Amino acid sequence: MFVTSAFAQTAPEATETHEAPGAAPAGVVHTETGVAHEGAHATGPFPPFDASTYPSQLLWLVITFGLFYLLMQKVLVPRVGGILEQRHDRIAQDLDEASRLKAEADAAVETYEKELAEARSKANVIGETAREAAKSKAATDRAAIETELAQKLATAEARIGEIKSQAFAQVGTIAEETAAAIVDQLIGAKASADDIKAAIAASSPKEA
Amino acid sequence: MANDPTHQFQISKIVPIEIGGMDFSFTNASLFMVATVACAAGFLYFATSQRGLIPGRAQSVAEMSYEFIAGMLREGAGSSGMKFFPMVFTLFMFVLTANLLGMFPYFFTVTSQIIVTFALALFVIGTVLVYGFYKHGFHFLNVFVPSGVPGVLLPLVVAIEIISFLSRPISLSVRLFANMLAGHITLKVFSGFVASLGALGALGIGGAILPLIMTVALTGLEFLVAFLQAYVFAVLTCMYLNDAVHPGGH
Repeated sequence: MFVTSAFAQTAPEATETHEAPGAAPAGVVHTETGVAHEGAHATGPFPPFDASTYPSQLLWLVITFGLFYLLMQKVLVPRVGGILEQRHDRIAQDLDEASRLKAEADAAVETYEKELAEARSKANVIGETAREAAKSKAATDRAAIETELAQKLATAEARIGEIKSQAFAQVGTIAEETAAAIVDQLIGAKASADDIKAAIAASSPKEA
Repeated sequence: MANDPTHQFQISKIVPIEIGGMDFSFTNASLFMVATVACAAGFLYFATSQRGLIPGRAQSVAEMSYEFIAGMLREGAGSSGMKFFPMVFTLFMFVLTANLLGMFPYFFTVTSQIIVTFALALFVIGTVLVYGFYKHGFHFLNVFVPSGVPGVLLPLVVAIEIISFLSRPISLSVRLFANMLAGHITLKVFSGFVASLGALGALGIGGAILPLIMTVALTGLEFLVAFLQAYVFAVLTCMYLNDAVHPGGH
């Protein structure tokens, strides 16, 4: 194949140039072998081993690579690194902020729970006292009403007793008058008041 | 040959510059180095211009590549290795962008030149050496003396360690270079088959389907390789830097 033969032909040339790169005599020798090749195969020296191009390649490599290196060191690496660091910081900061907010939220929940519990116990106390107050007021009211009622009952009983005794007191006179009238009608004679009184007293049940 | 697979690696001068007898011309390779840096730096710059707290698509990619390399370096060389972050990130972005730009047809692949990958590898190893000796003095030589090796074997192990250290810039550079080179040559060869078979008439067009499928599949593979080699380069850089930061830590 062409490639292998080309490579084989240039291989000794390569070692030759490798031994003394950049040296003027080697370059001359090299060019001569190159010319010989050209004569035999109508091709130039294998280009990567053509030492006559080395100074120019080296110079331009140093210039371009050096420039690239400087650009990297001064501009590009700080630039990309800065962006990455900034993002890193931002993420760390956001995480801190998030954990801070979470702690705040937790604290808020805790205080809320505490206040809720407090309010609940306070409400219990208020309910308890209100119930107690209502109960005692009801008790006193009832007691007052009961005493009042008892009083009214007592006065009413006293009045009934009074009226009863009055009525009983009048029962004697009414009986006497009625007895005198009945006697007068029956026998047509007037019975003495004293007799009638005695008779009634005898017939009516003894009062205790 | 009309579609010479090595033609894509040919360097042609755009602006000839010669200083002291040396050829420093602005070539197509130089142009694509400039394009690589412009694309990579421009992407990172404009993708992050919103500075969005919630990144957009482009910003996500920029941030992802940043964090990808940062994680890789922290894992490879520890937090004290993070001072090399700009260097590793620059290397990764440069190699990745150069590899990906090379996937465009007619574009030049900067990393398919051994001198470029070798220079990058030397930059890494040079950094390891300079920082290692600057920071640890002669303790840096502990890199070559693994702990827990019996005294008899020590000279042998040290020799092996030194050889392995010396071969690092070569393996690092050749791996990237050879992958890009071989991949691009293979792509070119297969697509060359499509063109030359297609020119043979009806039967040829039928036969050209196979290399066409191959070319499509290889293009996908090459995109994977383009990323993978940039990743491997960055990972190995992290590992080597670990030696400079913690010598004798293995």
